[in-house]
Amino acid sequence: MSDLNKLGLAEARDALRAGDVTSVELTESCLKAIDDASALNAFVHKTPEIALERAKAADERIKGGDAPSMCGLPIGIKDLFCTKGVPSQAASKILDGFKPEYESTVSQQLADAGAVMLGKLNMDEFAMGSSNETSVYGNAVSPWRRGNDDAQLTPGGSSGGSASAVAADLCLAATGTDTGGSIRQPAAFVGITGIKPTYGRCSRWGIVAFASSLDQAGPMTKNVRDAAIMLETMCGHDSKDSTSAELAVPNFEAMLTGDIKGKKIGIPKEYRMDGMPAEIEKLWSDGADMLKDAGAEIVDISLPHTKYALPAYYVIAPAEASSNLARYDGVRYGRRAQLAQGDGITEMYEKTRAQGFGHEVQRRVMIGTYVLSAGFYDAYYNRARRVRTLIKKDFEDVFAAGIDAILTPATPSASFGLGEMTEADPVQMYLNDVFTVTVNLAGLPGISVPAGLDAQGLPLGLQLIGRPWDEGELLNTAYALESAAGFVAKPNKWW
Amino acid sequence: MSIDQSTAAKVAKLARIKVEDDALPALASEFNTILGFIEQLNEVDVEGVEPMVSVEPMRLKRRQDEVTDGNQQDKVLANAPDAREGFFAVPKVVE
Repeated sequence: MSDLNKLGLAEARDALRAGDVTSVELTESCLKAIDDASALNAFVHKTPEIALERAKAADERIKGGDAPSMCGLPIGIKDLFCTKGVPSQAASKILDGFKPEYESTVSQQLADAGAVMLGKLNMDEFAMGSSNETSVYGNAVSPWRRGNDDAQLTPGGSSGGSASAVAADLCLAATGTDTGGSIRQPAAFVGITGIKPTYGRCSRWGIVAFASSLDQAGPMTKNVRDAAIMLETMCGHDSKDSTSAELAVPNFEAMLTGDIKGKKIGIPKEYRMDGMPAEIEKLWSDGADMLKDAGAEIVDISLPHTKYALPAYYVIAPAEASSNLARYDGVRYGRRAQLAQGDGITEMYEKTRAQGFGHEVQRRVMIGTYVLSAGFYDAYYNRARRVRTLIKKDFEDVFAAGIDAILTPATPSASFGLGEMTEADPVQMYLNDVFTVTVNLAGLPGISVPAGLDAQGLPLGLQLIGRPWDEGELLNTAYALESAAGFVAKPNKWW
Repeated sequence: MSIDQSTAAKVAKLARIKVEDDALPALASEFNTILGFIEQLNEVDVEGVEPMVSVEPMRLKRRQDEVTDGNQQDKVLANAPDAREGFFAVPKVVE
């Protein structure tokens, strides 16, 4: 078999089980693809020795005949996940040189299932960004281009390296994390599938914290079936994360029947934004037609507080970040600033954090500090948490009225050029997450499915939002949408 | 509410991030852009609405108060920028 790196998880699993291919062959194919793709800057720490060692072990296990689905499948891990003995620095200078003595629960579960880690993937610093331009490693680059224009495009963010690597077939799939859209937006930008599960499905233990009430891990894959397979391995209760849910994890793949007859799909009118490109409007209505043709009932719904989700998010997320990132003080791990004669501990903190945090991270930590400070806590932070209650109630009301899933665009635009937003004010960049951030605030599962190309030949995605803990049904609806949309486009290799 | 340079300096101090004086005007202006965006929240009627504490209404799990981990000083110190004699070392804090 040639081009083994181009396989998806399910295809590769079936080929491994049939004895048509070995994990070592799959892994070597990916490692070569990674070495050839330095122009994408997706993999920032390569771990070929670990990969080949795990691949050999996986091949032995597969021979034994009782290997789990992920066994032997080469994947990339976002740099936000702590991986034992391997640099894990959340794309930040402040964690330069940090090699954890422990493994995150999610990456451990993947390893226990036999998955092969190829290396660590680029991202926005501390997952704060929507274009992978805040990384200490430099920009991750999308494998996609606008026709023959050789301008470099963003793979989205914060899981930009994961998106670029999966779309360019450097790995079979990758882990991502999603605090305001960081799995779904990059997945949409590069034409792959990404799911953020219900808050509490995946353990957050060992994942560098950004905003703890919003962060969730999830898979970024080449199709919906692969997302079902990988998500199942990533989920599950963990006593080391007190917010992880003690719920059984279903066999998500077995729920992919494609039968969505009688399902009620809500179309929220508030997601029809002023200035939304006509192409995205059309993609959305085409998506609704596809689900209708598959037997679903399309229902117009209202989520009245949608408009306030982004401003609420930009209070709550920075507030939690300012608290979480207080731990980076130059004492226990990472990089300490060079101190001048006579500098005391306060100078050590201030210089370490000024030199170690990038501009966007500093900005968010300070905004968070401000909204939590005495005199402003009620006006900003408590008000935002009240609005969050209302946003969640919007969803509860439509689900109580019988809606099974909600269809929206994944992003307000296709991918844009790296550097194109540099001059814009920060709020313009934040608008990338306008359709995804509501889902994090309400703790719901959301999936981005590639559904078409724009006039410049760039991928566009649709988002489906499900009921809490209903990832199985959500994946099945996404599967029906994927089958109907028939998205097969791949970027032309230029790297 | 508008942030002036002295407020920006105070916030930077609270956040323990060194900001040079000549960077304060730009920083204050960025804060004002973001806070201007956040001001929209004032349009929402939140009378009687509880602030969300936890997105899924579940009680945090309890466990026995007992030691479950420990005896790994070398691992705890392995990533410290300055570790000496089994301790994290920092500049002098008391005279």
